[in-house]
Amino acid sequence: MSRLKSWKEVPMAAVIEDAGNAETYETGGWRTFKPVLDKEKCIHCLTCWISCPDTAIVVKDEKMIGFNFKHCKGCGVCADVCPKKVTAITMEQEGK
Amino acid sequence: MGQQVAMTGNIAVANAMRQINPDVCAAYPITPSTEIMQQFSNFVADGDVKTVLVPAESEHSAMSACIGAAAAGGRVMTATSSQGMALMWEMLYIAAGNRLPIVLAMSNRALSAPLNIHGDTSDAMGARDSGWIQFFSENAQEAYDNLIQAIRIAEHMDVRLPAMVGMDGFIISHSIESMTLLDDQAVQDFIGDCITHMPLLDVDNPKTFGPLDLQDYYIEHKRQEYEAMKNAKGVIVEVAKEFTELSGREYGLFEAYALDDAEIAIVALNSAAGTIKTVIDELRSTGVRAGLLKPRVFRPFPAEEIAEALSHVKAVCVMDRADGVNGTGGPLFPEFRSALYDAPKRPLIINRIFGLGGRDLGLHHVRDVYGELQKIAGTGKIETLAGYITVRN
Ligand code: SF4
Ligand code: SF4
Repeated sequence: MSRLKSWKEVPMAAVIEDAGNAETYETGGWRTFKPVLDKEKCIHCLTCWISCPDTAIVVKDEKMIGFNFKHCKGCGVCADVCPKKVTAITMEQEGK
Repeated sequence: MGQQVAMTGNIAVANAMRQINPDVCAAYPITPSTEIMQQFSNFVADGDVKTVLVPAESEHSAMSACIGAAAAGGRVMTATSSQGMALMWEMLYIAAGNRLPIVLAMSNRALSAPLNIHGDTSDAMGARDSGWIQFFSENAQEAYDNLIQAIRIAEHMDVRLPAMVGMDGFIISHSIESMTLLDDQAVQDFIGDCITHMPLLDVDNPKTFGPLDLQDYYIEHKRQEYEAMKNAKGVIVEVAKEFTELSGREYGLFEAYALDDAEIAIVALNSAAGTIKTVIDELRSTGVRAGLLKPRVFRPFPAEEIAEALSHVKAVCVMDRADGVNGTGGPLFPEFRSALYDAPKRPLIINRIFGLGGRDLGLHHVRDVYGELQKIAGTGKIETLAGYITVRN
């Protein structure tokens, strides 16, 4: 984490001057579980993509290709919504 | 320069607003400040100003609209009193914390209950910790002059804080007095163009106002606000000097009337100072060394300057036209007493709460206070530290 700024350095009134900077704020460290994808099983229905509350499902050429771990919170929604017959996503404990 | 006129305090303030010509005014009517916006809406309707007038559905909404307009980058003004100020309370802090230089004209009025529409400063005192600069005015001329200067002070880059300018409801807001209006162009030249900082309407540089600010940064932003309020002291004096060049009228952080060699003194805000000055002139002619310190600003609180101005006095009465209901005196009392705590020599200090709900302060009341101060100065003993006067016992 970068050094926290002093009161003399922070912008007046906490105004955020660079719009959309939430993208650079890494929140992936909050995870205790992480989603793991079984590429063989995935049918690219993109249900996980539309359901992820953190837009952390990475899609390329209309194919689900993995997770953005800078922002994925490990909530497990993707694993839950993946069709029961498919179950391409499983949740594993972080750090294992 | 200028034009001698006869006006009520409210109309004088409305004329200051006309000459300032703000971008946006959002307001809701409340006695006794209603006349300000009523007159100002005439100016808007007549095309005398280019202001966008927003008649809001409450004072909370009025202040919210002011905040939005000021964040957008506009020069913004409003007016209120009493319950209106109380209803704005939540948004006052938002305006100050977001460092938006809104200027508010305030015809000071008592707070309910019991319901009362007349002058005291309980409305302003409720807002004293909100981060707003607070001016108080003895008469229509001062209210007019303070409002014009407030624009410059609030927008100053070392300050960027909202400012409220008070005068006593009815006693000043509705009494016609002789005063001088500056030329329209002179006011425009004095205030200059609105100084904006990170305006939302600079759409090429999108930004966010009012984000969540937690344990890691909230205190840094409050520390900045504290610095801004400290800076305001110097800026107020600087702007006052320029204003004197323009108008010939002198202003500072407070007015010291016959104070230099005073043995006894009163501290009082707003119109009471006029009554007190009359008694001082009378006492001085009989050799009594009586004086007055009339604060022009209560926020920032100029503690060092006050200590310097009062430390030679033997006995001081801080008079409050509001009661903080803490059981030990009005809101000015602890701050003035505390300002003198570090002075090498300090006066004996008492507090008298007076004139609540517009109860008249007569010359005889002031004479009694000075009489008591003379006794204290002579004996070195205080009988009643804090209490009410102008009340039926
Ligand atoms: S675990 Fe939650 S945050 Fe992470 S990818 Fe799945 S749905 Fe998104
Ligand atoms: S929900 Fe399951 S099957 Fe559908 S795209 Fe996501 S991982 Fe693949």
